[in-house]
Amino acid sequence: MVQETSPAKSRTISVHRLYKAGSTRRILLIAALAVVVVTSGLLSAGIGTVPVSAQDTLLAIGHSCSVTIQNFLHQYLPAVMPFYNAIPFTVPAPEKPQAELIVVGFRLPRIFLAILTGISLAIAGTVMQGLLRNPLVSPFTLGLSSAASFGAALAIVIGPGIIAGLLLVSYDIFIVVMAFLFGWLSMLLVYWISRSRGTTQSTLILAGVVIGYLFTAGVMALKYITNNEKLRELMVWLMGGMWGASWSAVLLLIPLVLICFFLLERKAWDLNALSAGDDVAKNLGINVSRLRLYGLMISTFAASCCLAFTGIIGFIGLMGPHICRMIIGNDHRYLIPCSALLGAAILLISDTAARTIMSPIEIPVGIIMYVIGGIFFLFLIIRARGRGLY
Amino acid sequence: MDLVIENISKDFDEKRVVDSVSFSVGRGEIVAIVGPNGSGKSTIIKTIAGIHSQTSGMISIDGTDIRKMDPVDLAKMIGYVPQHFTYTLYSTVFETVLLGRRQHIRWSVSDEELSRVQYALDSFEMGEMAGKYMDQLSGGERQKVFIARALAQDPRVFVFDEPTSALDIRYQIEVMETMRTLTWDRGTSMIIAVHDLNLAYRYADTVLVLNNGKMAGYGKPYEILTPDCIRRVYGVDSFTIENEFGKFIIPVRARIPAE
Repeated sequence: MVQETSPAKSRTISVHRLYKAGSTRRILLIAALAVVVVTSGLLSAGIGTVPVSAQDTLLAIGHSCSVTIQNFLHQYLPAVMPFYNAIPFTVPAPEKPQAELIVVGFRLPRIFLAILTGISLAIAGTVMQGLLRNPLVSPFTLGLSSAASFGAALAIVIGPGIIAGLLLVSYDIFIVVMAFLFGWLSMLLVYWISRSRGTTQSTLILAGVVIGYLFTAGVMALKYITNNEKLRELMVWLMGGMWGASWSAVLLLIPLVLICFFLLERKAWDLNALSAGDDVAKNLGINVSRLRLYGLMISTFAASCCLAFTGIIGFIGLMGPHICRMIIGNDHRYLIPCSALLGAAILLISDTAARTIMSPIEIPVGIIMYVIGGIFFLFLIIRARGRGLY
Repeated sequence: MDLVIENISKDFDEKRVVDSVSFSVGRGEIVAIVGPNGSGKSTIIKTIAGIHSQTSGMISIDGTDIRKMDPVDLAKMIGYVPQHFTYTLYSTVFETVLLGRRQHIRWSVSDEELSRVQYALDSFEMGEMAGKYMDQLSGGERQKVFIARALAQDPRVFVFDEPTSALDIRYQIEVMETMRTLTWDRGTSMIIAVHDLNLAYRYADTVLVLNNGKMAGYGKPYEILTPDCIRRVYGVDSFTIENEFGKFIIPVRARIPAE
């Protein structure tokens, strides 16, 4: 009651202290995750069918960086060359002659692709769950993955043919573009359906599930009618993996994923407010339907960009955000970067395991990821008592 | 006059849910909206809170039409507490209350915002629960957190959609007493939809009776909420008693069929 509102300091926990302690711990946790991602990236560059020593790995990366910079300066900024040449030391080439090709040519793009895919799927899942206030929502459950696979399957089965010819693109790019287009199309369709029935979250999720099944039916039909050779290719794509890694893919994805990340991170407070319900969010001055459209479109964009290169990668979009919510809470300012890094770490570690456990045979990354992620998630559920950082 | 509602009507799918309702709320005043289920109470509350817009009519604060105001500014003027509240498992009490400051926060949270959260929590004696998770609270405590969230918004007008529906009798009295004192002390206005007619009797300065979206009475609670009015609107027989604590209304039986 108001007569007694003067803060009774002795028994009241100070909100200031709680907030500051929580923020510090969250930032430390995010920093620690970033260290984990970088370290596992470097370790992963060193291990594989052909072992490369730690020193050679670092030298290969360093040498290749310096060569790239040198070439770049030579070509575009010759005026800066003398300053560059004045640097008193150079990075020597690695001892093992093929180290640079293996590490920089093959492994690094794959590592980057795993990190970028992990980031984009995890932030997409986090934002979708936040927007729809539903813990079971992910790029998978909203039909996005099925639609992207349908697009890719269609591209594989009909072959490049006329359409690709018209678009003047190669077969590989054609698959990627089709996966991406169908991924986005599905989300527009889902949004449009739910829109015409009034934007409640449950109709949106339901529409997503139904669209997902329709596209799954399409994929099954394509599998059924296609020939053996293409079926194999189709299965490989549907299983998902980092086989499609290349520097051109990575260089395309880096800016896209980063932009999507910042666009979504900007909406962190609105996402927080949405957790109190649509009505409260509206009362707080947030245009809820616009926020939902914006968030869904951007997260779909991020996820389908990456899915297009990797094939179907499940689990991260669903579990990454869950695990992070358990550890770091629901403040999207911290939750989005935390999920991004955790998603990257899980996918990178799983992919490294997938290509090394039975080396030289590669196993699909999904198998490893479901096992690692599943066990970790169960562990968290079981010891969930100590939830949170306060 | 401060908050003026003039001839508000609201249609949902061609069906008129609220029909030409007019009333006004001054500073330090509490208006209770009563009426049977489906009479349009929530709709009026949500329209004032900026959750949906009216079909016709005007709502103004100090002479400014709220539909012409920036939603962000409106959010600083009107604090809303929903009937059914939503929360996530992983939010703490103070994080939920902090949401009330959304329009004052750009990215990081300043000490001033935190002080307001502290004040809102302390007003409901919930300071020691600041770090608890929402699902560790009882239903009544959660509802108080949501009311504290609206208080943290520091609005000119509070609009409450049955704020005491999930509270036991002790919490009901505590919350209503606190809100009445806050309304008086801070010169805010309060519009509250209630089912409990005795709460309207006890705390409201003015009562608005709704029936099928139309106004069926408007004025001082004792003058408006008479057994006759209750029979007409609810189809319930009732009587009033008066003792040293005040006047009370006791519903006794439903008339069949309701008139």
